[in-house]
Amino acid sequence: MKLDGKVPPGNLAEKWVKYKSSMPLVAPNNKRRIEVIVVGTGLAGASAAATMGELGYKVKCFSFHDSPRRAHSIAAQGGINAAKNYQNDGDSIYRLFYDTIKGGDYRSRESNVHRLSEVSVNIIDQAVAQGVPFAREYGGTLSNRSFGGVQVKRTFYARGQTGQQLLLGAYQALERQISLGTVEMFNRHEMLDLVTIDGKARGIIARNMLTGELERHAAHCVILATGGYGNVFYLSTNAMGSNVTAGWRVVKKGALMANPCYTQIHPTCIPVSGEYQSKLTLMSESLRNDGRVWVPAKKEDAVAIREGRKKGVDIAEADRDYYLERRYPAFGNLVPRDVASRAAKVECDKGHGIVATGHGVYLDFADAIQRYGSSAAHSLGLHNPNKAKITELGEAAVKERYGNLFAMYEKITGEDPYKNPMKIYPAVHYTMGGIWVDYNLETNIPGLFALGECNFSDHGANRLGASALMQGLADGYFVIPYTVGTFLSNEIRTPKFDPDAKEFKDAENDVRDRLQGLMDIKGNQSVESFHRRLGKIMWEYCGMSRNAEGLTKAMKMIRELREEFYKDVFIPGTRDELNPELEKAARVADFLEMGELMCKDALDRNESCGGHFREEYRTPEGEAKRDDENYTYVAAWEWTDTNQDPILHKEDLVFENVELKTRSYK
Amino acid sequence: MKLTLKVWRQKNNNSKGQFESYQVEASEHMSFLEMLDVLNEDLISNKKDPVAFEHDCREGICGACSMVINGQPHGPMKGTTTCQLHMRSFNDGDTIYIEPFRAQAFPVLKDLMVNRDAFDRIIQAGGYISVNTGGTPDGNAIPVEKDQSTLAMDAAECIGCGACVAACPNASAMLFTSAKVSHLALLPQGEVERQKRVLGMMKQHDEEGFGRCSNVTACEAECPKEISITNIARLNREYLSASIGSEKMA
Repeated sequence: MKLDGKVPPGNLAEKWVKYKSSMPLVAPNNKRRIEVIVVGTGLAGASAAATMGELGYKVKCFSFHDSPRRAHSIAAQGGINAAKNYQNDGDSIYRLFYDTIKGGDYRSRESNVHRLSEVSVNIIDQAVAQGVPFAREYGGTLSNRSFGGVQVKRTFYARGQTGQQLLLGAYQALERQISLGTVEMFNRHEMLDLVTIDGKARGIIARNMLTGELERHAAHCVILATGGYGNVFYLSTNAMGSNVTAGWRVVKKGALMANPCYTQIHPTCIPVSGEYQSKLTLMSESLRNDGRVWVPAKKEDAVAIREGRKKGVDIAEADRDYYLERRYPAFGNLVPRDVASRAAKVECDKGHGIVATGHGVYLDFADAIQRYGSSAAHSLGLHNPNKAKITELGEAAVKERYGNLFAMYEKITGEDPYKNPMKIYPAVHYTMGGIWVDYNLETNIPGLFALGECNFSDHGANRLGASALMQGLADGYFVIPYTVGTFLSNEIRTPKFDPDAKEFKDAENDVRDRLQGLMDIKGNQSVESFHRRLGKIMWEYCGMSRNAEGLTKAMKMIRELREEFYKDVFIPGTRDELNPELEKAARVADFLEMGELMCKDALDRNESCGGHFREEYRTPEGEAKRDDENYTYVAAWEWTDTNQDPILHKEDLVFENVELKTRSYK
Repeated sequence: MKLTLKVWRQKNNNSKGQFESYQVEASEHMSFLEMLDVLNEDLISNKKDPVAFEHDCREGICGACSMVINGQPHGPMKGTTTCQLHMRSFNDGDTIYIEPFRAQAFPVLKDLMVNRDAFDRIIQAGGYISVNTGGTPDGNAIPVEKDQSTLAMDAAECIGCGACVAACPNASAMLFTSAKVSHLALLPQGEVERQKRVLGMMKQHDEEGFGRCSNVTACEAECPKEISITNIARLNREYLSASIGSEKMA
């Protein structure tokens, strides 16, 4: 299969503008007759469904939640990037483009990333008009902060709830279209298969999660906005319901899964505390502005801490290893996410971890408290303040900046982070890989589009902070409403599709058989127990660092686990009722295949880049070593049959505007 | 820690529910939902039907969790959703009562799950600013006074969980409704549709079967996001002035 990215010709900066003005359109009278299915109501799905509804298409929108507002975009904390240059600090569309390409370790498509940077400015305008309460300056203008190591302030934010506020903006726009009748909303419906007719995407099979009934829904095209697959690791910062099923079902119908091994491990999350743990909680990247990361330099101190005989505060300054500052003097604690995560793992693997499991490091605010305290004492005119006074003032200053995060930390761990250093460890957070799409965000199945985290397109091998919200909304508000015309303009004479057609009935029967098959296993182990075991395999062998031997072993283990699953899983209840265990079982079944493909992709990519670190490919100092000569391509996988090896298709990445360089943070 | 749970079990909206007793062994580091996970794993291993409850993000922001714990929506800890409540708030040997949010407008679906579609319909009745995608002015062309913006954000933090309804003896959703009315009324962007919005949303609020506010203030006390009841005062002002000032009043 020859993969055509359909990148329009012309200069990088003019591609999108020219393409947009020459793209085929669908006239308003025809839009009214064309039906569009949108699956997912996060930032990408809600914004796409609302905008397509405004344009006059007949939209059917699906969510497995009880309300579109609960999609996991709601949990994004930090902010959204946009090249507004409101701070007059030298930002530009090109600079945002360049930072994103470089941050992605040169493994994304130049044209897509440039378009993302171009429309970033429109997103802010749109969100403000909708009433998103972004942070403001006293003069009434929008406030910005810096994020993720870049050198400009381009991140817009609404306290620590930027994702919530942007999602509510999109949700309200969507609810408005629902009230106007342009969008029909199907809450508590889960897409379980794609229906193709003559090779084109024409509908879905969805399960009504309240009744268990399978429904056939037809349309002229299908748009997926179903999020990432981080929950393949069981423990992640994703919501409990986040899953790969819609994405994996289309792969089984012939769509390609691109770069599945590119996963983002976020360095600052609350460590795992026990076997019962169900999810991990992120502590915002912004904390690394003031927190210093360290482990005890002496192993015996680490052991004493793990056994509860010592505490972090008992370790003398000289016996602490501030390893990020030691290894990366130029960037220190503010190295990018992938670098910080790996460094934590290295220290813990050497035996310096500071929580009972061995997997944890300190994020310490003691210095920041003293620094802010002294500064506050000075500005209050206090001469010779004692240490207690400085600490008091310093804690107040830190509280003002990070109070909500400190409170959340204390709620979860029961420890006071003002008095004791925070304990943190990396956790799975985001997946850069996803369904392969061309410049139009169309998959290799005509009429099937993929937006937001569920596609692979913009972040390469590592995503920068505050860029996920940007991409979701760019795709939904400003890209798909245009590019869908390239497909739909040829469909204006196509009559409505009949959901009673054979293709629909066959697909429905397949889904029914699959679900009944799961119910009929009647084994002895819970769905959750299989998911947990899969997660452990993935984290151990396909997590922060990988090697050929481990990946090969993991693939074998996953296959065995899958076999065991189909022999021994137990699902209570029946297929024809509200049954959360059956929902989970269908998702875990798909994770059990996706996980294997991730290992396969990681094994096949004999280089280290971004979030993908292969131990065999590193510099003498232990840093990631890319192989641009052999691996500057998108690995798009075709999954033919579960018993056969997937087939690799390559899309070469062409860099015409940026020079490929080694990322260095020393 | 050993706990006795009295959990509300109800097959569906048409059947009668009742409390059932379970024993569960928990650790103080578990979240409340992880403790329920342990119970469910135990039920499943005994081939019994697990307890159905809503949950998703488990970090206090999606608004999915919807249970009343010992008589309090989201349990005993102030400003905390059920998913962020940890077992260290309880003692060894405790008996804990767990039931769904109860309100006429929130019919029980199964066990601890309720139908909160009514909230979406209140938003559909005007909880938005009518702008289409594109054609909006530059973000900085609409200056917003900082304190005003802060107040709008305070209201916008509502997660739509419905604890306010469950806490209220009148099952009023006026804290929820007022949070959205306030968020948009406090911003210049919301000015154009200000009157129409409050009238539309309140009409829908009443039609859904939610009661009116009688200043009990339980909603504010139980709100996991600590949304202030002053928003209801603002809602009442907005409603009154729209009712008097509008020719559209039905």
